[in-house]
Amino acid sequence: MKVSIDQSRCVAAGSCVAAAAAVFDQRDEDGIVVLLNASPPADLADDVRQAAAVCPALAITIED
Amino acid sequence: MTEALIEFPSARATGCPFAPPPDQRAVAAARPLSKARIWDGSTHWFVTGHAEQRAILSDPRVSMDEKRPGFPHQNLNMAQTTDHRPPTIFNTDAPEHTRFRRLMTPPFTVKRVAALRPGIQRYTDELIDAMLAGPKPTDLVDALALPLPTLMISEMLGVPYSDHEFFQLHAVVAVDRNATAEEGARSSAELGGYLAQLITERVETPGEGWVSDIAEKVRGGEVTVAEAAQMAVVLLIAGHETSANMIALGTLALLQNPEQLAVFRDSDDPRVTADAVEEMLRYLSIAQHGLRRIATEDIQIGGEVIRAGDGIIVPLPIANWDPQVFPVPERLDLHRQARAHHAFGFGIHQCVGQQLARAELQIVYSTLYRRVPTLALATELDQIEYKTDHFAYGVTALPVTW
Ligand code: HEM
Ligand code: SF4
Repeated sequence: MKVSIDQSRCVAAGSCVAAAAAVFDQRDEDGIVVLLNASPPADLADDVRQAAAVCPALAITIED
Repeated sequence: MTEALIEFPSARATGCPFAPPPDQRAVAAARPLSKARIWDGSTHWFVTGHAEQRAILSDPRVSMDEKRPGFPHQNLNMAQTTDHRPPTIFNTDAPEHTRFRRLMTPPFTVKRVAALRPGIQRYTDELIDAMLAGPKPTDLVDALALPLPTLMISEMLGVPYSDHEFFQLHAVVAVDRNATAEEGARSSAELGGYLAQLITERVETPGEGWVSDIAEKVRGGEVTVAEAAQMAVVLLIAGHETSANMIALGTLALLQNPEQLAVFRDSDDPRVTADAVEEMLRYLSIAQHGLRRIATEDIQIGGEVIRAGDGIIVPLPIANWDPQVFPVPERLDLHRQARAHHAFGFGIHQCVGQQLARAELQIVYSTLYRRVPTLALATELDQIEYKTDHFAYGVTALPVTW
């Protein structure tokens, strides 16, 4: 699984961090998403899919 | 084609205070987009499908600019005051909206909200202590649902503890609809003045919370003190009644469904509590009157074409009760996976305060019923008064005993 983020779209809702804290974080100064791991292991795949699905700004893209 | 037209907003069915209005659910069952006629006689797109709501709310061709002709205003007052309202987070599109949004977001990151949890827990316990020490029956709205959100927002903003009483007093009046317009305006002005002064102090001596985050940006010339104080008042008003309604209306729903209340009371697993709160948000869908938008270009969706300049209404409760997405939506089922709900909206305007609201609700629901296991309604269901005309649905009072 390959994950990419688009920081310019992100609205800092934090839903991705709530879904998969091992893969996403937020910048302290404005809450914008930071990608911790662009190739998460298989056991996190469901959480990462969940994160992409709940992101209100469609800022997370997944390639399998 | 023949379009289904409904009068909006419409009434809920008598008998069930929780279900969205039956006529709205009926048009939604037939098609994902219909038309709705509103208070001024104008007709707008009525987007009910879950997938269609997501698509519309995240589409950059959909605007929140209330000054565009044809915008579906909530009511006459909103329509008449459009020209007097400055640009805010609520009526701007990207990139103007992006600036407001990024000035507001710092205290709402998952990490910063986690740090607020012990404080929220303490306030919750103190308010419950005070309630249990007082007479019964009592009104849960006054005892817990209203004061907790203001305390929580004081904490988030970084209002010093010594000023909490002053802040609490004016915050309650500012959002109390039983207060006169004059009283409300005076309290809002008091709060605005107070917050402007606090922000100015924090420019000199940094401290805690959002006022300190914003003070740093005032120092850097990114925002004025007046604009910052206005944003703080917006946070207070947006976060206060919404959370209060979730606490009181949610308690009513749980008292009607004791086996569901037991999930909060008996579970020690934070994941179970977190999922349960998502289901409460879905089931209650308190943002009841439809988000308002306007198309800036033609948009093809759900077999229809929304034309540039058409008004759009997005009734969140209807997608949250879409049986294709949430089977048997009328069942409050705290173990269901409800995270795809639209209770906080969707797209770039999705609720800024959602992580804070979640933390608060997780703490309140799992503390109240554990500490007061005999909590019971002290009135009949049909004696309860509901806030049917407000942005956020709720109860005006909830008499309880134990
Ligand atoms: C459970 C409680 C809450 C619910 C159900 C709720 C619901 C919503 C909804 C549906 C929107 C989207 C409006 C739109 O797109 O037109 C929204 C936006 C917003 N909410 Fe909340 N809210 C809650 C709690 C809070 C809290 C605690 C705060 C802050 C302390 C807050 C601050 C805001 C702000 C500032 C916006 C505007 C965001 C934007 O336009 O970018 N809300 N809320
Ligand atoms: S869920 Fe989306 S909008 Fe929210 S922080 Fe993550 S990437 Fe940004």
